[in-house]
Amino acid sequence: MKLYCLSGHPTLPCNVLKFKSTTIMLDCGLDTTSVLQFLPLPLVHSPRLSKLPGWVSKDGTINLEKVQDPTLLNVFFIELLDLSTIDVILISNYHCMMALPYITEHTGFTGSVYATEPTLQIGRLLMEELVNFMERVPKAQSATCWKNKEIQRVLPGPLKDAVEVLTWKTCYSIQDVNSALSKVQLVGYSQKVELFGAVQVTPLSSGYSLGSSNWIIQSHYEKVSYVSGSSLLTTHPQPMDQSSLKNSDVLILTGLTQMPTANPDGMLGDFCSNLAMTIRAGGNVLVPCYSSGVIYDLLECLYQFIENANLGSTPFYFLSPVANSSLEFSQIFAEWLCHNKQSKVYLPEPPFPHAELIQTNKLKHYPSIHGDFSTDFRQPCVVFTGHPSLRFGDVVHFMELWGKSSLNTIIFTEPDFSYLDALAPYQPLSMKCVYCPIDTRLNFHQVSKLLKEVQPLHVVCPEQYTQPPPSQSHRSDLMLELQPPPMPYRRCSVLGLPFRRRYERIHLLPELAKSLVPSEIKPGVSLATVSAVLQSKDNKHTLQPVPKPLPLPPSKKRKRVVEEPPEVLAPKPLLSGSVPLEAFLAVLHKHGITEVKVEETADGHILHLQAEDTLIQLEEDGTHIVCDNNEPLRTTLRDLVLRFLMKL
Amino acid sequence: MPEIKVTPLGAGQDVGRSCILVSIGGKNIMLDCGMHMGYNDDRRFPDFSYITQQGRLTEFLDCVIISHFHLDHCGALPYMSEMVGYDGPIYMTHPTKAICPILLEDFRKITVDKKGETNFFTSQMIKDCMKKVIPLNLHQTVQVDDELEIKAYYAGHVLGAAMVQIKVGSESVVYTGDYNMTPDRHLGAAWIDKCRPDILISESTYATTIRDSKRCRERDFLKKVHETVERGGKVLIPVFALGRAQELCILLETFWERMNMKAPIYFSTGLTEKANHYYKLFITWTNQKIRKTFVQRNMFEFKHIKAFDRSYIDNPGPMVVFATPGMLHAGLSLQIFRKWAGNEKNMIIMPGYCVQGTIGHKILNGQKKLELENRQTLEVKLQVEYMSFSAHADAKGIMQLIRMAEPRNMLLVHGEAKKMEFLKDKIEQEFSINCFMPANGETSTVATNPSVPVDISLNLLKREMALGGPLPDPKKPRTMHGTLIMKDNSLRLVSPEQALKELGLSEHQLRFTCRVQLQDAHSDSDTHIRIYTHLKSVLKGYTIQHLPDGTVMVESIVIKVSSSPEEPNTKVLLLSWSYQDEDLGSFLSTLLKKGLPAALSSM
Repeated sequence: MKLYCLSGHPTLPCNVLKFKSTTIMLDCGLDTTSVLQFLPLPLVHSPRLSKLPGWVSKDGTINLEKVQDPTLLNVFFIELLDLSTIDVILISNYHCMMALPYITEHTGFTGSVYATEPTLQIGRLLMEELVNFMERVPKAQSATCWKNKEIQRVLPGPLKDAVEVLTWKTCYSIQDVNSALSKVQLVGYSQKVELFGAVQVTPLSSGYSLGSSNWIIQSHYEKVSYVSGSSLLTTHPQPMDQSSLKNSDVLILTGLTQMPTANPDGMLGDFCSNLAMTIRAGGNVLVPCYSSGVIYDLLECLYQFIENANLGSTPFYFLSPVANSSLEFSQIFAEWLCHNKQSKVYLPEPPFPHAELIQTNKLKHYPSIHGDFSTDFRQPCVVFTGHPSLRFGDVVHFMELWGKSSLNTIIFTEPDFSYLDALAPYQPLSMKCVYCPIDTRLNFHQVSKLLKEVQPLHVVCPEQYTQPPPSQSHRSDLMLELQPPPMPYRRCSVLGLPFRRRYERIHLLPELAKSLVPSEIKPGVSLATVSAVLQSKDNKHTLQPVPKPLPLPPSKKRKRVVEEPPEVLAPKPLLSGSVPLEAFLAVLHKHGITEVKVEETADGHILHLQAEDTLIQLEEDGTHIVCDNNEPLRTTLRDLVLRFLMKL
Repeated sequence: MPEIKVTPLGAGQDVGRSCILVSIGGKNIMLDCGMHMGYNDDRRFPDFSYITQQGRLTEFLDCVIISHFHLDHCGALPYMSEMVGYDGPIYMTHPTKAICPILLEDFRKITVDKKGETNFFTSQMIKDCMKKVIPLNLHQTVQVDDELEIKAYYAGHVLGAAMVQIKVGSESVVYTGDYNMTPDRHLGAAWIDKCRPDILISESTYATTIRDSKRCRERDFLKKVHETVERGGKVLIPVFALGRAQELCILLETFWERMNMKAPIYFSTGLTEKANHYYKLFITWTNQKIRKTFVQRNMFEFKHIKAFDRSYIDNPGPMVVFATPGMLHAGLSLQIFRKWAGNEKNMIIMPGYCVQGTIGHKILNGQKKLELENRQTLEVKLQVEYMSFSAHADAKGIMQLIRMAEPRNMLLVHGEAKKMEFLKDKIEQEFSINCFMPANGETSTVATNPSVPVDISLNLLKREMALGGPLPDPKKPRTMHGTLIMKDNSLRLVSPEQALKELGLSEHQLRFTCRVQLQDAHSDSDTHIRIYTHLKSVLKGYTIQHLPDGTVMVESIVIKVSSSPEEPNTKVLLLSWSYQDEDLGSFLSTLLKKGLPAALSSM
């Protein structure tokens, strides 16, 4: 059993597990942090951005156009293994599937992808949104010459250190998305899916987002748990299923919180108070966010907050090409929601209160800043829009629009991007910046409690989790401390998992089982010899009784038939035990063999059957019959000896 | 021999009060717990005294599973759990859990408030009963206990309808509930994987019918409604609040839209609005098309269909009214029917099955004079039309499901005996499997023959698979040999060598030595070669070696030649073999006794 680690990003994992001749990819996240190294793509012409100079190296030999091309995405190093050999891809949540088209399209991939229905539907929305963001603006220019190793070497800052820039790819198309998602097979929590009869995979609720799952990959004897993006907080999704993770041989742990020191509840409080303060002062609030996920919780929080805070008349806008779909879809997945929300559906009421916000016109959603929005737009207001990297999407427009005024506030809630890096191209900036990252995934305290509970034999995790974060190197509580220590992996690691498979499940057909004759050799231990025909089909094994030989067809050459050598059959059973002298002599006597001379030797006895001129050498762990020219006698003696021995 | 027992308490050779008991692998499961629309006395509910004469049912049942929200499948549930007494788990899907209590409350109101019955379950009992319900998701494997697991499949029929697979070890039963194998305007088709259950328990409402295409029936329906409305008549469509009603609403809504019709369409009861809301929230349970487009246009938001008010009954002019209940046995649909029955311009369309004893059943059978309470009679002059819109599988659908699931036995319930008989013959003929159709209280027993799961040592398995070669030879099956160790309830199959080692036993060597005299006028070494050549030609497929020291080895059997100087032509062959090679050793000693053929070349 081997684990190939294609991603070093702990929250956007991409691992490949080889287990019992199946090749299983666990998640395929897309690292979009690479876009931070480019200039934003504005929706409308921005004189400021277009006037920025290009970059000239110190000695003036290299002159680069500025790169306004945040469409390059970091697709994981995929040369580690041949992607066409992947049998299945298991998706744990919609954030961890964004690289799917890169793997399923144009690589020879022929397998299938398993995901829950909310993961598929919302994942589709996020992909459509990404494609839409990239495609609706004509690209100013697309630069490639900086990728040249010689030039990259002299470039400033993070670009110089970026590894594998050649694997940075441009965004996929909507056709790729559709084709990739058509390979997804839907699964429900606790559904047992058989892969080639060899392995069974089961998604379990992970409590992080709508339809998010952890996976169990197991055979009859081995169990691997894949934990990715789980949460124990009470937000909207169904609570995490912890007990099913018990008794794992290996637990692969990824997707812990990126903000181990930020308490999500406290952040939510900060978010509301900062929002209220800005609005009261007459400013606007910009919330860069993904179109699904934490935004549902933010809206629910605001639903309770705005009445008390007297914000009832402030317009809330949600701008995204998929805003409407995201809000609608969230209401139809009752089965995947927490208990409170489920019981609302029984009334029947929509599970999320944003339905009421929309009905009362407090929350309005638009596909983009163009069209209806420009006529409805009223300030001061609150705008939720993407993309949280601030490099593309409608958020770029609002940054240009509101960045100059100190009345306005931008509140970061998504933890995926460093907010300082995100803001860099907009500097100097007058608007207030508030950083309230809300990451509901497991923190180190929760995960160590969880591991104590489920007791896996081995834990595999990204190397980042085995040491404190670089910025807080004294915080030994911000790392995993386990006994035995976890097996760390990094990008491009290939780990051999400590497994020894020793048994496999086989089925004895009832007819065969009935024919077995068990004998007790020790109290509580019985043995039976099994001679059977093995049938292996679809990786399932059965044992059938040996078919009775067909009666030989009447042969003209009778003589030849006698000379037919025996078929190559399975060997005779092994023997164990010993032949007791007195009892054996008695049996011989019974069979008319009376003239026996017994001679004692160092290891046992030699019996001389005088009338038959035959020797039998009896020893503790062996019997030797020397018998010439008397086949019937030899077989009789053989059977008499066998009576005393155990056959295995 | 293990067996599975199935006993219907209701729906055995009958439609109504579905309730089927299954005993499998020591577990007892109740499938559905319905009421009978045709009765108002004790026969309305299944006879639970079959399970136990007195006391609660909890200790006799491991779980109860409800397939869908129709009252003939869940109507007796509060009676069973609260009045007879059952505290174990009750499983149903989310939509069923949402809608079931509403219909039960409706049913209770009609029975207690309108008919004035006492000794009936109360609203509180419905609530208490629903607290025992555990929701099921599609395809989720629910572990009821360590051994019993259940899994739900999509059944079509109505919103949230499910088929269930019940599994204990390697034995399994599938119960279909009511299902529909053709997608309709709002629901998808039933689907199950090739799970090869020991018994497939299927409904058989339309056991003998093969229905024409849905399109034709829809066209017919629209034509009839259209004609009636055109000539100024009123159309009454008695329906149950959830299910067919939504399908027909979608049908009329799109027709009205297309034809730009003006006549009003009404939907009775306050439930409608609510019912449509359930469909919106459980849109994942509807068909592909509705699910795909719901963001742009939710099919359950009707423009042309409005709420009905009792005062509209006497309104002049054409109208179409959907009214509950569907079998005309009580409530608004009956009230409207009485008012409109006298006018031959009007029409009543019965879109579903009507149980015996209901007015719906009577008028469908052509009865023109109905006796009402107070010795009144009602003349039926309006046109009566029957349109089979109820979403049950027809004969073709049932056969299709059998092909999908490949059961070892078939058991029919929820149908009329005569029709079942016909279908039973057909199934036995086409699939050569047993088909049962027990009556209520009658038990069908199926012996199962489960194979025995054993842990085989991977070494042994791999060795065998390697020896077997890449492709098995069906004519010459290889026999493998192993030792089964039975210890502490575990069964492990290992190689004999490993078994010896594990159990701390030493091997006992049994050897045979045999001298054979042979006349052969050659030197000893030539005789060796002659034996080698001879055996090579006789024994195909064996390893035969001529060792440097002159001995010949066949597999592990050693053959040595010696002769005395006095008689150099009388050779003594010494054969020695172990018990493992007994067959071959015995054969060789016999063969060599016959001497060597003279014609053998000395190579």
